[in-house]
Amino acid sequence: MTAPATAALARLGEITGREHFITDSPALAGYEVDGTRPAAAVRPGSAEEVAEIVRFAAAEKLALIACGARTKLGIGAPPARYDVAVDLSRLDRVIAYDPGDLTLGVEPGIGVAKLSAVLAEQGQFLPLAVPYTNRATLGGTLASGVDSPLRQCYGTARDFVLGMEFVTGEGASAKSGGRVVKSVAGYDLHKLMLGALGTLGILTRINFKTFPLPAASRGFLAAFGSLAGALELRRRIVSSPLQPLTLDILSPSLAELFARATPAPPEPQLFARGGAGADETLPLPGPWFPTSDWLLAAGFGGSEKVLQRSADDLARYAAEAGAKSTLVLDDEDRPKVWGRLREAIPLLLEASPAATILKLSLPPANLGPVSEAAAAIAARAGLPCAQLLRGCGVFYLALLPAKAGAGVTASLAAACAEAGKAAEQFGGSATIPWCPRELKPSVSLWWPVRGDLALMKKVKAVMDPHNILAPGRFLGGI
Amino acid sequence: VAAELPKHLAMNRSLIRALEKLLGRDAVLWKPEDLVMYEYDGSVEVARPDCVVFPRTRDDIVEIVRLASRHQTPLVARGAGTGLSGGALARHGGICVVFSRMNRILELDLENQRAVVQPGVVNLDLTRAVENAGWHFAPDPSSQKSCTIGGNVAENAGGPHTLAYGVTTNHVTGLELVLPDGEVVRVGGTAPDTPGYDLTGLLVGSEGTLAIVTEITVKLTRLPEAVKTLLAIFDDLHDAPETVAAITAAGITPAACEMLDGWTLRAVEAFVHAGFPLDSAAVLLIEVDGLREAVEEQAEAVRRICEQHRAREVRVARDARERDLLWKGRKNAFGAVGRLSPSYYVQDGVIPRTKLPVTLRKIEEIGKRFGFEIGNIFHAGDGNLHPIILFDPRDRAQFERAVAAAGEIMKFCIEMGGSITGEHGVGMEKDGLMPLMFTEADLALMARIRDAFNPAGLLNPGKLLPLGKGCRETRVRPLPLSAAAPV
Repeated sequence: MTAPATAALARLGEITGREHFITDSPALAGYEVDGTRPAAAVRPGSAEEVAEIVRFAAAEKLALIACGARTKLGIGAPPARYDVAVDLSRLDRVIAYDPGDLTLGVEPGIGVAKLSAVLAEQGQFLPLAVPYTNRATLGGTLASGVDSPLRQCYGTARDFVLGMEFVTGEGASAKSGGRVVKSVAGYDLHKLMLGALGTLGILTRINFKTFPLPAASRGFLAAFGSLAGALELRRRIVSSPLQPLTLDILSPSLAELFARATPAPPEPQLFARGGAGADETLPLPGPWFPTSDWLLAAGFGGSEKVLQRSADDLARYAAEAGAKSTLVLDDEDRPKVWGRLREAIPLLLEASPAATILKLSLPPANLGPVSEAAAAIAARAGLPCAQLLRGCGVFYLALLPAKAGAGVTASLAAACAEAGKAAEQFGGSATIPWCPRELKPSVSLWWPVRGDLALMKKVKAVMDPHNILAPGRFLGGI
Repeated sequence: VAAELPKHLAMNRSLIRALEKLLGRDAVLWKPEDLVMYEYDGSVEVARPDCVVFPRTRDDIVEIVRLASRHQTPLVARGAGTGLSGGALARHGGICVVFSRMNRILELDLENQRAVVQPGVVNLDLTRAVENAGWHFAPDPSSQKSCTIGGNVAENAGGPHTLAYGVTTNHVTGLELVLPDGEVVRVGGTAPDTPGYDLTGLLVGSEGTLAIVTEITVKLTRLPEAVKTLLAIFDDLHDAPETVAAITAAGITPAACEMLDGWTLRAVEAFVHAGFPLDSAAVLLIEVDGLREAVEEQAEAVRRICEQHRAREVRVARDARERDLLWKGRKNAFGAVGRLSPSYYVQDGVIPRTKLPVTLRKIEEIGKRFGFEIGNIFHAGDGNLHPIILFDPRDRAQFERAVAAAGEIMKFCIEMGGSITGEHGVGMEKDGLMPLMFTEADLALMARIRDAFNPAGLLNPGKLLPLGKGCRETRVRPLPLSAAAPV
């Protein structure tokens, strides 16, 4: 931990007011990133205060890490320097919401669940069924780059963030994009912020396009003796006129985890209709839930006629793909599975003391060979594994050793390197968003090294010339 | 024997010779009579390049970029020249790099719903190549029969169906770039979520100011199973935008929702004979697509809403021919207007769609005040307005008034919380309007991003970002009728 002059730090307290300036050690423990504890945390109450804090930090060369609910601060490389946490949880307002225009402007510290409730009152939603929904903030969700099963239909935040306001590493307030559903004026700097781990700017406002909630929705499950059958069904669905909301494949080990584990906190719903959900419990799926097979899970929505048609077609495609059984889940049972699907990452992290989750990005036609390679790699390393394959080609590979330790870390490192190479060989890439801190020095968190790294460094140098925003946390040492 | 080079190119003589040596004599134009073709696009702007080159390969581009750098000469990439903001015009002269010979579809990967294309591939040609297999390239600018995907990427082009499908950026997953120093870099790729900053997202819509794109990886989208196209006819202009708001409020997102006012639809009808009723005040062209069952229900719901909002009649296209005719009317609207006036000025403002009624009244008022008939053709569903101001550019005072009227419309869009451009780009037409939307700090940051990629400022200079106060040039000449491309 660096030790900037206490006097200098105290100035930060003057910006936010004493009560929002934290220096006592126990409280600061909650702001640790990969074991580094900051010297202080500040909780700005406005965009102007954020800018003032950054200007001060730039002058004093203090390294800042912005955070919200701190559910995903483990993503990224250990910080090169870390002096002050900028806690954005007080910036939690809906600034503008025009349901008729399907547009929304929010501060970054607003909770995903809280916002869902506001939108649901108007029959709308944001397609961000992201992990830690009941705690996570919108800002953290976007900065961490986590994805959602709903991307199958709605794309990622890149597709429905309309614009942003942010503070650069020099403390300048700037913006890009717009507030209307269509605008192509200027560079889309806001797209750079997505998944950037706060290395380019601190968000102060995010403008979204909102979506009408489907009239009703269902879940469809098909069980297969092998991955090949599930992938064949995936292929049939994406080549069909059906437009599933979600499309994921679960390995038997993941299905088994779904059947016995309840995520904490419980996450009941995919679509929070009528704002319900935050306090409900998430009952385990019943004995009907197949756990020894590969499962394809497809969510679909629409009117009763569309639901019926979708269910019929899915059942037919599943039969053609050789499914052992299929199930259509209504509003009673669907949340039991889809809530876990949304919370798959925390469920997996809770399943092992050294859980390591790789995100492999692949051309979807290569999901099969890479999944097989990954299973073989895990088996060779003696590591239990679980797999979640999204229809779009994103593949979460969880390595779940029963215990932690030096030997286990070495096995994990070897398996991660091999999995990364497998992804590269099949036209993709691999990142390791979640892993034990001890593993980070011995793995490449981003693989392969790409030819556009020099351009990324140029972007970083423009946005944060003093290198004070989350230094060292991003790929290539950015 | 080499032809005599004109005097104004004397300083560039060695550059022209080097380009001819590199590309062949048939791939370099420099005579004034050859260059006039390239001083226009679909906007009212005019700027002549010093020479035009037709590369065939990425390596050609690398060499061109190196030559331009050595001679400190501007480089402007150009596709079909259908742009509507002067994005592909050589504002400060230099080399215009035309992609018409780099028009190959390099890869169709239906299994992964991707295609890899050279920038000169015509938008509709990509769809034609995959539609029999049940796919299409979703962005559909009205100029899609001639505009190129490279141009779509540069301007982040839209089209009527962006309401449901999004603009170009939503359909591009990777690019190959040539940087101003000749380095070749790939950003993004076929797979989703490439690690690192989303440089693909930054490059799309950067109007050729950051790099020259030499290869584009795009998403292919499944063709819908069913499509229904409705024409709702209104006797009162103001009922049409109210209807649009009501459709959104009902939770329906049509694939497209276009509005033409009475003046525009009469101009179109005289040209295209699409069947728009001449005595009506406005029409809405609404399309719903998707699963058969959904389309049936949504078309019925839309019809009901139109009737509730005093539509005189709601017609449903009975077959593909009728549907194509309605769309032909819409997509040839600007061509139709081009028959009526020596020149016209098309705006591209965006407003929140609930503000359509008040904005329409404001445009009427501005037209009266400045003495123009302003036609209105809107992507009404997403609030993207294309008011058309007719003027005679030979009358300098009239032209100035047209620009002033357009400026007032834009200012109103911004006051409503909107944008100066929804899909045409900033180019050299709206750079002066950027300060309406962005602060000095916003623009300074964008300029530094540009300078980081394009340090010598040779890539498409004078575009996208304002030059600074008082530096704006306005040159304009009448568009020949043949150049009034469908928009």
